[in-house]
Amino acid sequence: MIEIESLTKNYGGFTAVDDVSFTAAPGRVTGFLGPNGAGKSTAMRMMVGLTKPTGGDVRINGRHFTDMENPGRAVGVLLDASAQHAGRSGREILAIVQRTMGLSRDSVDQMLRRVSLTDEEAGRRVRNYSLGMRQRLGIAAALLGHPSVLILDEPANGLDPAGIRWMRDLLRDFADAGGTVLLSSHLLHEIEVIADDLVVIGRGRIVAQGTKAELLAGAGTIVRTPRRPDLAAALADARVAWTPSGENGLRVEADPATVGQISLRAGVALTELSTADGAGLEEMFLDLTAETAREGAAA
Amino acid sequence: MTATVQTATAPPTRETTRPRAPIPLTRLVGVELTKMFDTRSGFWLMAAVGLLSLVATASVIAFAPDPVITYDAFAQAVGIPMSIILPIIAILSVTGEYSQRTALSTFALVPRRGRVIGAKAVAALIVGVAGMLVALGVGALGNVVGSAITGVDLVWDISATRFATILLANVLGMAIGFMLGVVIRSSPGAIVGYFVFALVLPGVFGTLAAFQDWFLDLQPWVDVNFAMTRLYEDGMTGEMWAQLGVTSLIWIFVPMAIGLRFVLRSEVK
Repeated sequence: MIEIESLTKNYGGFTAVDDVSFTAAPGRVTGFLGPNGAGKSTAMRMMVGLTKPTGGDVRINGRHFTDMENPGRAVGVLLDASAQHAGRSGREILAIVQRTMGLSRDSVDQMLRRVSLTDEEAGRRVRNYSLGMRQRLGIAAALLGHPSVLILDEPANGLDPAGIRWMRDLLRDFADAGGTVLLSSHLLHEIEVIADDLVVIGRGRIVAQGTKAELLAGAGTIVRTPRRPDLAAALADARVAWTPSGENGLRVEADPATVGQISLRAGVALTELSTADGAGLEEMFLDLTAETAREGAAA
Repeated sequence: MTATVQTATAPPTRETTRPRAPIPLTRLVGVELTKMFDTRSGFWLMAAVGLLSLVATASVIAFAPDPVITYDAFAQAVGIPMSIILPIIAILSVTGEYSQRTALSTFALVPRRGRVIGAKAVAALIVGVAGMLVALGVGALGNVVGSAITGVDLVWDISATRFATILLANVLGMAIGFMLGVVIRSSPGAIVGYFVFALVLPGVFGTLAAFQDWFLDLQPWVDVNFAMTRLYEDGMTGEMWAQLGVTSLIWIFVPMAIGLRFVLRSEVK
């Protein structure tokens, strides 16, 4: 369990993280979503004591990270897979982690197998690793101490689709066994695949949080018909809000069943009726990433 | 055929069953020693200690005139490369974490950064003393072999005290490197800093002393390199020790304390 309360970081006049509060619960994969520069990495560094917060508090399993005697045994951390000595082999890097935490020697080989790095790859210097291999190595280092909490910054970055699926399964198993996972990403689709709960951050502030189901449900319905004006009028009569969406389409703030009923009563044939999968979240996310996207969404 | 039970994914163990013992400092020292040796650059830096001692020793045998073949000559010859390599080893033990950005994972595993830095200091000290013993040992071997080849009498003209003060001079040299490491926290920057410290500063102070009479008496109290060079000779007086204490406090230990404060508090990215 990670409890974050009013976490704030100021750099001079610039507020990188602004009063961020949320909880990452055990048994859940919590996605920390935001565009580049939103404050995700700064927040994660504060969670593990690498950056001093200006204000606020972070407790992991009820304790401050910096008070833990051997934090690697409780919290697995991966902040930057590329932050490794390029001249060490993957195996040497894991061996350093293993010795620091006081684990048995064979735990390194077990973990290399678990993240699917072959003996040959493990013996290679990290200089010659692809980003995907570095991520696997970083995950291995984070998992080595059998922690109950994982804090991973952009772990899916550089993974191919099969790698993302592998990571999803691995984190799913970890959470199902009672573990807490917090992972960040700047890609909505990537985090949609992996996370149960979402915390969306923009310009240092939380702009939305909830379960993935909640946030996606708020997205409404996409409906298409050649007689769009008629349907729009019927929706207005039923006091349901809508916005135009694409050619002949409407995005309606109601569930598909309600929209279907309204169009049936209005006698309007539909060519498409579907839940707007993550479209609401996506629009919000685009708002964060580009000021210009705001005009399109408000039209 | 033996049946093996494979556990595919170990579930996260509960916090309550986990050992809460702090990481012992001895283990951290061991890890830091490994980190000094396990990269190619680190390995060759360590190997250079032995190799350069051999080169220096061989040069004395080959080029020094016979009457000079004494242990003193060998000790001085092997001492020169050591006075450069050992501080660089100390520098890199600290700055490597920043230049290679491994500090991110190091300090995430050991959030009490002072323990890591302490372990690095102990590891550097171990390497420094061992390196000096190797170098002086190679020098001693050279003295035996050189005397035999040239047919001169074996001369052991280094007292135990002098042996100890030479060791101390090199430990202080490493302290300078360590200080520059924690203050500058960048490998190229700190290495350049060391050469300024060890090569440029003595020149500046020497010139000043040569042209300004008032500085001549002051120099031993201000110039740490000057105070340190006397450790290589016999006959350290009480005043010389006091001068060494004062100068190393000003030039080494006060800046080191300031640098350590930065290391302990600054943001690790």
